[in-house]
Amino acid sequence: MTIAFAPSTVAARSSETRAMSFAFLAQIILILNSFVMLYPVVVMVFSAFKSTGEIFEHPFALPDFTQVQNFARVLGETSMPTYFLNSIVVTGVSILLILLLGTMAGYAVARYESRTNTVVLLFFLAGLMLPLKLAVIPLFILLRDLSLLDSRWSLIVTYTAIGLPSAVFIMAGFLRSLPSELEDAARIDGASEPRIMWSVMLPLARPPMAIAAIQNAVPIWNDFFFPLVFIQTDSAKTLPQGLTTFMGEYTTDWGMLFAGLTIAAAPITLLYIALSRQFIQGMTAGAVK
Amino acid sequence: MANVSIRDIKKSFGPVSIIKGVDVDIEDGEFVILVGPSGCGKSTLLRMIAGLEDITSGEIRIGPRVVNDVPPKDRDIAMVFQSYALYPHMTVAENMAFSLKLKGVPQAEQKKRVSDAATSLGLTPLLDRYPRQLSGGQRQRVAMGRAIVRDPQVFLFDEPLSNLDAKLRVAMRAEIKELHQRLKTTTIYVTHDQIEAMTMADKIVVMHDGVVEQIGAPLELYDRPANRFVAGFIGSPSMNFIDGHLDAGGLALPSGTVLPLQVRPALSSDNKLTYGIRPEHLELAAPGTAGAIPATVSVVEPTGADTTLIAKTEGGSVTAVLRERFHLKPGEAVALKPAIHKAHLFDSAGIRVSSN
Ligand SMILES: Nc1ncnc2c1ncn2[C@@H]1O[C@H](COP(=O)(O)OP(=O)(O)OP(=O)(O)O)[C@@H](O)[C@H]1O
Ligand SMILES: [Mg+2]
Repeated sequence: MTIAFAPSTVAARSSETRAMSFAFLAQIILILNSFVMLYPVVVMVFSAFKSTGEIFEHPFALPDFTQVQNFARVLGETSMPTYFLNSIVVTGVSILLILLLGTMAGYAVARYESRTNTVVLLFFLAGLMLPLKLAVIPLFILLRDLSLLDSRWSLIVTYTAIGLPSAVFIMAGFLRSLPSELEDAARIDGASEPRIMWSVMLPLARPPMAIAAIQNAVPIWNDFFFPLVFIQTDSAKTLPQGLTTFMGEYTTDWGMLFAGLTIAAAPITLLYIALSRQFIQGMTAGAVK
Repeated sequence: MANVSIRDIKKSFGPVSIIKGVDVDIEDGEFVILVGPSGCGKSTLLRMIAGLEDITSGEIRIGPRVVNDVPPKDRDIAMVFQSYALYPHMTVAENMAFSLKLKGVPQAEQKKRVSDAATSLGLTPLLDRYPRQLSGGQRQRVAMGRAIVRDPQVFLFDEPLSNLDAKLRVAMRAEIKELHQRLKTTTIYVTHDQIEAMTMADKIVVMHDGVVEQIGAPLELYDRPANRFVAGFIGSPSMNFIDGHLDAGGLALPSGTVLPLQVRPALSSDNKLTYGIRPEHLELAAPGTAGAIPATVSVVEPTGADTTLIAKTEGGSVTAVLRERFHLKPGEAVALKPAIHKAHLFDSAGIRVSSN
């Protein structure tokens, strides 16, 4: 018995060890990677609590987290709160519009059979291929003629247009994969078409919506290009553009700059943490049955 | 509860005609099964009754009302789907209450109806679970529960048992039948499993290629199939068919064997006939017996209760189900004697020729 079993046990054990050591290696790589990723973030947050002198003396030392005067000054003495609010409004409204319109268009493309479906989808796909930055001059003229220039709306409509193609694509792909019997069941249960979308499809579509939201929110939040072209008034500026004016004025005060950056980076980081579960679910949906 | 009447219903998807004129009358409280091979249009017909598919031409009535243009929710029907189609993000209780909620039934009443249905189906302990936390059989029950709480005029089932394992299927078959006897709601049930059809139905509608081949009680279809298709479809293992022609002594096979007939049918121009005999109506005889089909054993399958013998004959492979046990080896010569009064005859168009 022992003899008969010995080889297979050894084989099993060695393959087990191999799998173990592979997992171990993967863990090490991931841990190292997270250090590399987190290092600048940590330095940024630490420096935000230090004076410029402290930053140059002890760049890596743990700061005294009760020293919030940098934050107080950034929020009190600069236009930072306005920029911050503008960024929140622009990103928030754009994402809401992208999700709302993208889901509705995706649903229509995925579910209602009509000849125009393919055309509509191709139209959106074309938008995916085309970098909108190339069209910035006609876009500028268009927004000027609509008298949207130099307002938050100029950014919102542009971002919504940029985000829609991928959102429609993601949503249509996902909604198409949901069994149509679900809709039939809801139809028999007495749900109207909007109700089917709202009560049955949308709750199931949360993972792809999270993907569409995150995937658009980060570039919109960080975008520097369109505000630079469209916005002149200080009261309509968003964070990335606002922070640049900041750099000129306060180059000597690194502590304040880092405090500003920390505030600028916080919302999107929090959003990512909040949605990461849905995000991962969406990414792996279908991979694991 | 209501009767359902289907009048000359047709359905085409684009240029392709799928349902080619179907008439069925379903009495109030009847359990009707639509059966037929895959792709014959059963689901399409059921979905037209449900209102999920529009009707190309014809008329469907539920009770006195023509429902052709009535949306599904106003037809007062409930449907159980093959995939169950439970809402994944709702608990069992929410799934069952969804239609009531949409109808604006008061909360207390919703709760009571859901708990009544849950009790009758043994779902009470599962009410707070999500569909993904249920086994296939439990999901199937929830789908039924969702249909029952609505107390509809008509139940529609589309192959509700086909995703269950064999044992559970037999148990659920009995349970659905029992449920129908208790609720007495008109039920239309689609399946491609003729055993399900035989065991559950008050009335079977056999469909083939978008037309109805025969409508009748299960044993009526078994005893007097209207044509070759129904004869071959109903009964398991299926009926044996042997081609021959009418002759003085009965039905003559090409090799000269004559199978006696109980009554000689009056035949028109050609004398070509197909002789149909069910496997259970054949018995083993010594080679050379008069009125028996000479055959060579090819496969013997003992199942315990009986033995299935597959043998080669001049008319092709013939299956016999024999009660007695015997020892036969492949290649051995035998003869299979049909029970005279159990034989069926079909003309060259496949239509039943009355022989008794
Ligand atoms: N939406 C559709 N468009 C085009 N053809 C369709 C559509 N739905 C069904 N069909 C065709 O109609 C025919 C009948 O389909 P149906 O689903 O009614 O078959 P069925 O009898 O239920 O078969 P099964 O036992 O496999 O479920 C099939 O040939 C199918 O390809
Ligand atoms: Mg079907």
